[in-house]
Amino acid sequence: MTYAIELEDVHVSLGGSHVLQGVSFRVPTGGVTALLGRNGVGKTTTLRAIMGLAPHTGTVRVLAHDTRGLAVHRVARLGVGYVPEDRDVFAGLTVAENLRLAERVEVPAYDDAFALFPDLADRLRQRAGSLSGGQQQMLAIARVLLNRWPLLVVDEPSKGLAPKLVGEVADALSRVATTSTVLLVEQNLAVVRRLAERVVVLDHGRVVHQGPVGDLDDADLARQLLGVAAAP
Amino acid sequence: MTTFLSLTFAGLALGAVYFLAASGLSLIYGLMDILNFAHGMFMTLGAYAGWDLATHLPATTPSVLTFAVEVVAAIAGGALVALLTEVVFIRPLYGKPLSQVLVTIGLDLAVVALLLGGFGANSLSLPVPLWFLEATHAGSVLLPNADFIALAAGVVVLVVLEWFLRRTRFGIVIRAGVENREMVSALGVDVGRAFTLVFVIGGAMAGLAGLLYTAVFTGDLLSPLQGDGLLIFAFIVVVIGGLGSIRGSAVAAVVVGLLQDYANYYGGQHAGFSEIGNLSTVLLLALVLEVRPRGLFGRAT
Amino acid sequence: MRVPRLGLAVGVALVVLAALVPYLGLHIPAVLPGTQDVLNSAGNLSILAVSFVFGAVALGYDVLFGYTGLLSLGVVLHFATGVYVFDIALTDWHWSLAAALAITAAVGLGLALVVGAISLRVTGIAFTMVTLAFAQAFYFLIQDNPHGLTGGQDGLALSTTRLPSVLSGAVSNTRSLYWLALAFLVVAGAAVWIFIESSVGHVLVAVRDNEARVEVLGLRPFGFKLAAYTLSSLVATGAGVVYLLLIGTAVPDAVATTTLTLAIVVMVMLGGAASRGGAVTGGILYWYLESLLVKVSGQPSFAGLPAVVRVPLSQPQFLLGAIFILFVFFVPGGLAGTVARLRARRAGGSPGPGHPVTAHSVLARLVPSRSDKEAS
Ligand SMILES: Nc1ncnc2c1ncn2[C@@H]1O[C@H](COP(=O)(O)OP(=O)(O)O)[C@@H](O)[C@H]1O
Ligand SMILES: [Mg+2]
Repeated sequence: MTYAIELEDVHVSLGGSHVLQGVSFRVPTGGVTALLGRNGVGKTTTLRAIMGLAPHTGTVRVLAHDTRGLAVHRVARLGVGYVPEDRDVFAGLTVAENLRLAERVEVPAYDDAFALFPDLADRLRQRAGSLSGGQQQMLAIARVLLNRWPLLVVDEPSKGLAPKLVGEVADALSRVATTSTVLLVEQNLAVVRRLAERVVVLDHGRVVHQGPVGDLDDADLARQLLGVAAAP
Repeated sequence: MTTFLSLTFAGLALGAVYFLAASGLSLIYGLMDILNFAHGMFMTLGAYAGWDLATHLPATTPSVLTFAVEVVAAIAGGALVALLTEVVFIRPLYGKPLSQVLVTIGLDLAVVALLLGGFGANSLSLPVPLWFLEATHAGSVLLPNADFIALAAGVVVLVVLEWFLRRTRFGIVIRAGVENREMVSALGVDVGRAFTLVFVIGGAMAGLAGLLYTAVFTGDLLSPLQGDGLLIFAFIVVVIGGLGSIRGSAVAAVVVGLLQDYANYYGGQHAGFSEIGNLSTVLLLALVLEVRPRGLFGRAT
Repeated sequence: MRVPRLGLAVGVALVVLAALVPYLGLHIPAVLPGTQDVLNSAGNLSILAVSFVFGAVALGYDVLFGYTGLLSLGVVLHFATGVYVFDIALTDWHWSLAAALAITAAVGLGLALVVGAISLRVTGIAFTMVTLAFAQAFYFLIQDNPHGLTGGQDGLALSTTRLPSVLSGAVSNTRSLYWLALAFLVVAGAAVWIFIESSVGHVLVAVRDNEARVEVLGLRPFGFKLAAYTLSSLVATGAGVVYLLLIGTAVPDAVATTTLTLAIVVMVMLGGAASRGGAVTGGILYWYLESLLVKVSGQPSFAGLPAVVRVPLSQPQFLLGAIFILFVFFVPGGLAGTVARLRARRAGGSPGPGHPVTAHSVLARLVPSRSDKEAS
């Protein structure tokens, strides 16, 4: 089995607090792996460590490359698309400019992106800051699809979206997952059940559980690990 | 009325030079969080580069061609110094914005002192065509020719810069980087190259600003300290306009230039008020910051 | 209150030694900044005295810069206030010494409170800019020579008629002025030390490290920052008075320029921000070096050097700027940071959390990081 991401004993300290305390897990190539855990356990920090955005110790391998010493843009160019928390699009740039900024290949796959999010095609000249939350999320995902990269790292794509939009975003991600490996941080367990094959659960900066997504059906485990009711 | 019109014209020309000085500063701050004290030295060195090349030309009465050579030398000189500054001093300190600011302070002190040692504090004279010293009649209003040059340069640079920032990929990278540098690099873009580029662009504009300031406002005299004097006003313009905003810098530069000119003329005639023009810009800054701490066009938080 | 015994003993010993310098007619070649190689010559004493003045300014500035994390570029406004108000009161208005001191103190305090209160409405780089703008405005004002009070560009020589003869600045009085400067440094040092060790000082460090956390505790950082600004400014104002007595004349380009402000930042960084003894060492060292360099570059043998060597060496500001750059790159904690590191190494262990803050750890807070920006 090959792995798209491998973390070994990753530690991160932020502002004096030891946020990740030896995180180790592997994301197999293909399909969706969900990274779960309650608020503030370090999920976003883990993704930032993978991208090289959070200074860390330990080993991070992305698409079989050790990222030690690589600048953030070099990590991304290994073939990773990053969809940050809170749909960090560039508010002052137009939709078209946001997309153009993300182009890293000769022939960007605009067709793919617009097939999934036809809304965006009609709003190319609109400032991203004036889009609705759902549209911004779609833009944040669309811009990492342009390069057809093998790995996507997605942080809470359904956060703050209306239920109907959550469904649309999940649809899009499930189609993306047929061609790319996806590491997904997600609080909405219905979405996790629908998309993910495997789950990794963090607590207090450590991995406390790994296994198939079916493990979440054990309501007690889910409640204990995630602090949420597991009912779909 | 005639006086008012010529004052307005001169104020606009001054604003144009302030804009040239401020816009690069604003971009550098917006993208890199560096309050670049070396910008004053970029301006001074630009003017000296123009002077140096012009004095090496075969001796004739200065023509328009002489001035064109000075402009090119100032732009190239400013850009080159800025490039060296970024590569040698700023780049090794990425991730330490305060050290970067401190290094630019040290650079400014050192280079200005070196110029003082080399050329002395006595002002050198920049060769400019005679036409510069004359004025054009527009009705009853007398408009100094040099002011036209400053104004034209300001407008051209504003247009080119806006085009560059809106239409080119590098421009988009810079604007995105001003918003969120980290996310730009997470998309696989080498932001370091954008850093170098804004320094070069800023340095080129600073060099031009330094030369024009000499040619238009100091009676063709250049001194090692002129850049630092101009820098204070550039800072004021940048903060009033809003850090990182080119349009903000343009608007603020015009406002500050006009205010300074009006205040100087209408207030400066009274005894003990000769510095009222300079003072008024500082008071304007304090006022704007009290009302809008982010400046006129600053990003809201 | 924690009293660092060793530090206090060293400090007292140094002050006693400094107080004895006027009696030490040692002949020391080359390294003295004055024209004579005798330690207690009037020239050397006077330069040392001015270095104490800047040591005090740096010390006060560090309260704001190092301990509170505020990069003010307005310190010369308060220094020049001391110089000019005192000068105007004595020279233009022929007031008595006591009255001149009183008005200088009153204006100094008032200006510190007003400028501080206005500037502290904004934070970060905007604070830096506003303070710079106020200082620049003051410079313009004294250049302007309003009502003929300041003498404009040419300056205002101090009239000594209302001064007691020991303070009148004649060469024979260099000793008493030297002791005055030393006494001022000691008083300023004590005031700063008591302030930093007080509960207010601790809150300031907490503000520097995490302002939001201080607010959560129900404290308003504004008042504490204003206290720091005021103390820092008052030290500068007092230093201005002593400076004027030593130099005997007020010239805008010597006491009110941005270059002087930057030099004060450099002093603190050379010595080491937020460290006991760092800023004051930096201030004294800076002035000593600058004076020495001026002397060296003025010597006849110097004129024989080739221009590439002579020109840079003849410019103290060049050398100090260059040294400063080297410090930023290689000695970011300043002298005090280096001493702390060496001591920690000798003690056999990495400096723990209690080690003196290096300038970097302190100053990293001054410039908002990107993540702060995003969060805001
Ligand atoms: N810049 C920072 N300074 C200090 N602590 C931080 C910083 N960023 C995040 N943290 C802390 O790190 C922990 C993990 O944050 P995060 O990775 O965002 O959690 P999650 O994404 O799982 O909700 C949280 O407790 C948060 O308060
Ligand atoms: Mg998160």
